[in-house]
Amino acid sequence: MSRIQSCFEALRRNRRKALIPFLTAGDPTPQSTVPLMHALVEAGADLLELGVPFSDPMADGPVIQRASERALKHGVSLRDVIGMVAGFRKNDIRTPVVLMGYLNPIEVMGYEAFVDEAARAGVDGVLTVDLPPEEAAPLAALLRKYDLDPVFLLSPTTSEERAARICQASSGFVYYVSLKGVTGAGGLKVDDVAARIGAIRKHTQLPIGVGFGIKDPATAARLSKVADAVVVASALLSAMEPAHADPEKLRGVVRGFVSGLRAAMDAA
Amino acid sequence: MLRIERSIDGGQTTPPVNEAREQTGLPDARGHFGAYGGRFVAETLMQPLAELTAAYERYLRDPDFLRELEEDLQHYVGRPSPLYFAERLTQRYGGARIYLKREDLNHTGAHKINNTVGQALLAKRMGKTRIIAETGAGQHGVATATVAARLGLECVVYMGSEDTQRQAINVYRMKLLGAEVVPVESGSKTLKDALNEAMRDWVTNVDNTFYIIGTVAGPHPYPAMVRDFQAVIGREARAQCLARCGRLPDALVACVGGGSNAMGLFYPFINDATVKMYGVEAAGDGLQTGRHAASLCAGRPGVLHGNRTYLLEDQNGQIIETHSISAGLDYPGVGPEHAWLKDSGRAQYVAITDEEALQGFHDLTRIEGIMPALESSHAVAYAAKLAPTLGRDQIIVINLSGRGDKDIHTVASRQGIRF
Repeated sequence: MSRIQSCFEALRRNRRKALIPFLTAGDPTPQSTVPLMHALVEAGADLLELGVPFSDPMADGPVIQRASERALKHGVSLRDVIGMVAGFRKNDIRTPVVLMGYLNPIEVMGYEAFVDEAARAGVDGVLTVDLPPEEAAPLAALLRKYDLDPVFLLSPTTSEERAARICQASSGFVYYVSLKGVTGAGGLKVDDVAARIGAIRKHTQLPIGVGFGIKDPATAARLSKVADAVVVASALLSAMEPAHADPEKLRGVVRGFVSGLRAAMDAA
Repeated sequence: MLRIERSIDGGQTTPPVNEAREQTGLPDARGHFGAYGGRFVAETLMQPLAELTAAYERYLRDPDFLRELEEDLQHYVGRPSPLYFAERLTQRYGGARIYLKREDLNHTGAHKINNTVGQALLAKRMGKTRIIAETGAGQHGVATATVAARLGLECVVYMGSEDTQRQAINVYRMKLLGAEVVPVESGSKTLKDALNEAMRDWVTNVDNTFYIIGTVAGPHPYPAMVRDFQAVIGREARAQCLARCGRLPDALVACVGGGSNAMGLFYPFINDATVKMYGVEAAGDGLQTGRHAASLCAGRPGVLHGNRTYLLEDQNGQIIETHSISAGLDYPGVGPEHAWLKDSGRAQYVAITDEEALQGFHDLTRIEGIMPALESSHAVAYAAKLAPTLGRDQIIVINLSGRGDKDIHTVASRQGIRF
């Protein structure tokens, strides 16, 4: 059983929903990432999404773009990100880590080299934003061969027929993009999301995560009633920005932000 | 062939778009040109791209749509553009006879409008009320703002903030035409970032918005669709050359940034094995300096902006900043069909430096009284090298993709002149 699968099974037994915070690896500095990952877990995160910085993050809003640019100023590469996961695993063998990013750095590293190194470092899943299932067969096959979960996105524009195919191609969990827009956008409608998640459940037994535009504990709580996991990215990175200069303060901000989400979700 | 000749005899009409299609059978149903192309986008755009593909497949076979397009190409764009024999340039360079396909004479001064007219008509048929576009030098932005004004569509153009400063006059032209110009501050603040921002807008406003991409790149169906709208260049040139010279040209020369003018010229000749094709990239300060924009000559395959193609990137797969004197060639990728043509050997790709391009600019201006865009000047400069290697009975067709008025400031500042 994969680490992601056992994580969701444990949550189900305890009737809890997964909280998945997102960090861009190397933001604000490469040294900050592993301690921040541990801080997220201490504050109540169940899974972690680690963003691989890319020069041209087409699906991301300004907050994650800025985070990518900061990480790239430090020259953070895909190999460095994998190294950070290995560092995290020295003290945490339980919390699943999903890499989220764009295809080109993986193309340059080579699919098999990437999947092999990621698996050995303790990465559990890979979500490649600009790689829909139609183009994903070679990478997805390798991920499965190395027991990593390929995670694909579903969106408000996804047809039912495609939704079935996407669920088929996914393992670990599927990720529903809650709105038409980029990460961190406004205009999320919880009722629409609830209706769509109901429809997606007809296609899959996999847990369903929701992300994009979840800004506060109240929204996270409402979504945790309809989804199996809630992903929070831009709002967290925004909260971190004023504290970048002070590592201790930064970890404090992260702990405070995530424990607020955790409390609201558990009370829901 | 007969149909093309007849249309030339008729004097005015251009053959329908779909006659030029299926020269190669590519792209395949999933938008692939061999290993290149495809549809590498976030999930939200997959359905809109499928709808766009369906509309494009349908209307490019729809006689009513094609009639409307032809009308616009003739009476609004001013087609067909002449195929001009550059006699004095031929004498100067020595060797093959040089003809210029005069896309610079189109409305708005470049080939870009062939595509924006087509896509805007498609947008109208699809019931979209809002047009967005990216632009580097501003030529595609102006061509998009122009057709949006004509059709009464809302228009938003994304442009890197570096480029809005370098190309202030084109920014003002777009505003005069009623477009909103949004300066993009992210990344390198140039064309690639403008494209990212346009994609972000599209993903947000996908219900009412049509994204007019300006080149033969991006996710399927854009590379094929833009090629098909630009292929009018090659169809006319082929028929004009046959009519004027009684035979096909020996070589085609066109500049390549994203590659739409080159693809438009090349495509109708693809099955004419005797016709050589040369795509001319921007070597900037020289390929060895690393300051250039020659993704086919000096890049390697990767994935950016929705397609797999040759890219300029660092060792970690991050896209790097490019350089060219010509803003229209200053892009780190290239259309996937060019990548396929390169690998298959059907076309050859070469690079011309800023200095050589400037020489081409001055040559054509002084010898023929035709001031080319700096983009097109790269093609002229390569023809200067190619012509002497060919016989006097051979024929080169250069795609003169745009006029040079927009570049006068750049040329002047190179000579230390300030206005």
